[in-house]
Amino acid sequence: MLKIENLHASIAGKEILKGINLTVGEGEVHAIMGPNGSGKSTLSNVLVGHPAYTVTEGTVTFRGKDLLGMTPEDRSHEGLFLSFQYPVEIPGVSMTTFMRTAVNAQRTYRGLPPLEAADFLKLMREKRALVGLDSKLANRSVNEGFSGGEKKRNEIYQMAMLEPLLSILDETDSGLDIDALRIVAEGVNKLHTPQNSVIVITHYQRLLNYIRPDVVHVLYAGRIVKTGGPELAQELEERGYDWLKG
Amino acid sequence: MKSDESNKEIRQLTEEKYKYGFTTDVATDIIGPGLSEEVVRLISSKKGEPEWLLDFRLKAYRHWLTMTCPTWAHLTIPPIDFQAISYYADPRRKAAGPHSLDDIDPAVMKTFDKLGIPLEERLALSGGMAVDAVMDSVSVKTTFKETLKEKGIIFCSISEAVREYPDLVRQYLGSVVSYRDNFYAALNSAVFSDGSFVYIPKGVRCPMELSTYFRINAAGTGQFERTLIVADDDAYVSYLEGCTAPMRDENQLHAAIVEIVVLDRAEVKYSTVQNWYPGDAEGRGGVYNFVTKRGHCRGVNSKISWTQVETGSAITWKYPSCVLSGDNSVGEFYSVAVTNHHQQADTGTKMIHLGRNTRSTIISKGISAGRSSNAYRGLVRVGEKADGARNYSQCDSLLLGDQCGAHTFPYMDIHNETAVVEHEATTSKISEDQLFYCNQRGIPTEDAIGLIVNGYAKEVLNKLPMEFAVEAQKLLSVSLEGSVG
Repeated sequence: MLKIENLHASIAGKEILKGINLTVGEGEVHAIMGPNGSGKSTLSNVLVGHPAYTVTEGTVTFRGKDLLGMTPEDRSHEGLFLSFQYPVEIPGVSMTTFMRTAVNAQRTYRGLPPLEAADFLKLMREKRALVGLDSKLANRSVNEGFSGGEKKRNEIYQMAMLEPLLSILDETDSGLDIDALRIVAEGVNKLHTPQNSVIVITHYQRLLNYIRPDVVHVLYAGRIVKTGGPELAQELEERGYDWLKG
Repeated sequence: MKSDESNKEIRQLTEEKYKYGFTTDVATDIIGPGLSEEVVRLISSKKGEPEWLLDFRLKAYRHWLTMTCPTWAHLTIPPIDFQAISYYADPRRKAAGPHSLDDIDPAVMKTFDKLGIPLEERLALSGGMAVDAVMDSVSVKTTFKETLKEKGIIFCSISEAVREYPDLVRQYLGSVVSYRDNFYAALNSAVFSDGSFVYIPKGVRCPMELSTYFRINAAGTGQFERTLIVADDDAYVSYLEGCTAPMRDENQLHAAIVEIVVLDRAEVKYSTVQNWYPGDAEGRGGVYNFVTKRGHCRGVNSKISWTQVETGSAITWKYPSCVLSGDNSVGEFYSVAVTNHHQQADTGTKMIHLGRNTRSTIISKGISAGRSSNAYRGLVRVGEKADGARNYSQCDSLLLGDQCGAHTFPYMDIHNETAVVEHEATTSKISEDQLFYCNQRGIPTEDAIGLIVNGYAKEVLNKLPMEFAVEAQKLLSVSLEGSVG
């Protein structure tokens, strides 16, 4: 699915990623953990093509294609999704219009005709029910006036609508209370199939109680310094990150 | 946050072509450049006008000579040589008498076809829309004239109205915008060529949208149209105005007057999609759009509603206003003004409350991109006798990029202590983060800008008639494509 080799990236001339190697197979759930400033968010932003970051070295292939050569929108069309740590508000643009534009852009890329209005609304209703999103939110402007929990749930709802092959959840647990966390995690689990993969980026272990990873990586100072099974997350919770610094 | 790559992409997109920029090669009867009493007399005689109208023009001309270009607007206007402009251009066939469709040069017909304005009634949009098509200085065709006449509605070019309905024209022409009003109003009153005349008789609701489509074609000419709309007691009409011009390197002057008179319980809804050629990305060429539009609610419970989508012109100087004399009369102004590249706009409205319990609403949405400058200028005046007057104003500015400017100049002049006047203003930017959020969901940048801008302008676009709203949405997106840096 995803193969990252020797990835170096910088922002404003400062190198943040210093040689990342990572392979995610079909259907796998990977967790990337690490302390603040280790490069977790940089990695997710680089993968989806945020223009503020510059890749200085290395390659990334997604389903055999060169990911780094694609525009951000084409990466999305190819099946890459980022659940943002801080989803932005877009005043005046209804969720319906926004999602319809997004879904139809993806369909056009894949050579499919745009969805008819009725079919689209049906799809919205189904997915909304799946992730437990209030219908009132779906009728509002994108993220405008949403609480922290509502914004995160709205991210998972968009993930459901776009049916990505690889989803990156960037600190999805930050700012959520335990109930909101459980609802969001349930949504992610419902959407997980043997065909699609997930990268969970998190500072804390608690999200991983709900979304069970197959593999856990520790990112530290721009490099992956340790890889293990789910038990590694537990160990990090108990011992912190300091023991890995050496 | 910026990157060279995205800036490059943006620059390329900014080169988006103006799709109405073609010219029509047609034999045109032009009065050579220059303005004098002789030219004013010549225009009047070419149109076969009565003595009173020539007098009106000459008075206006003599008054204009005593005036100077206004300089108070937040605009940088290069000096205009009024002697270098041609004031009359007629693209019709020479043999024109009262002409039928067959008399119109096929090239002219084709021009309007290409602009999507059907001049054959059978091709009219579903729901019906009557069109007066004006090219340069003359009206080439007015559709559905006969259908409307059955209801007593007069819809024709102002030249024809002068011939056929002189009393009506004489009664109302210049009664809302005097030739003394301002520099460009005086100029227009002296040399005005064509435009539309609408009269809706007592108690009649006009069954279809009326529209005038203005097209500048000839080089080196100015367009000085004049529109007069009168809604008699209990009448209603929705009127639309559209305009385009070819791409030319030199600037062209457009100085129009629109006058609306609304009597007891009558209502006029006036919508404009202004898409004059804005000039190129470097600021060469484009139309100078210096327009005086004013409506007078003379009757009780009358209403005037202005809706404008301004995307074109190199410079726009325009303040569609309402004088609310009738008790309980209502004035509305809904505006979206977009400026990109080197465009400049100073636009807004005046709401003059004179009658009791008069109400007005102002919603203005400015969008600036590139190196453009966009100003809202509005006046709310409440007279001594206007007990219970109310105004609500909301002026929002949206900035794309960091080289453009947005300004708000709200004036209030209140002489009655029972008045309630509210004003709100906001300024916001389209952020790189918003665009990237859209990109990540698979929406390309230019579509994302269209989406965000249309969301921002929704409140105003919703006021436009259906077909116009769709057109305006597309226009907003095209005008701004790739303008975020």
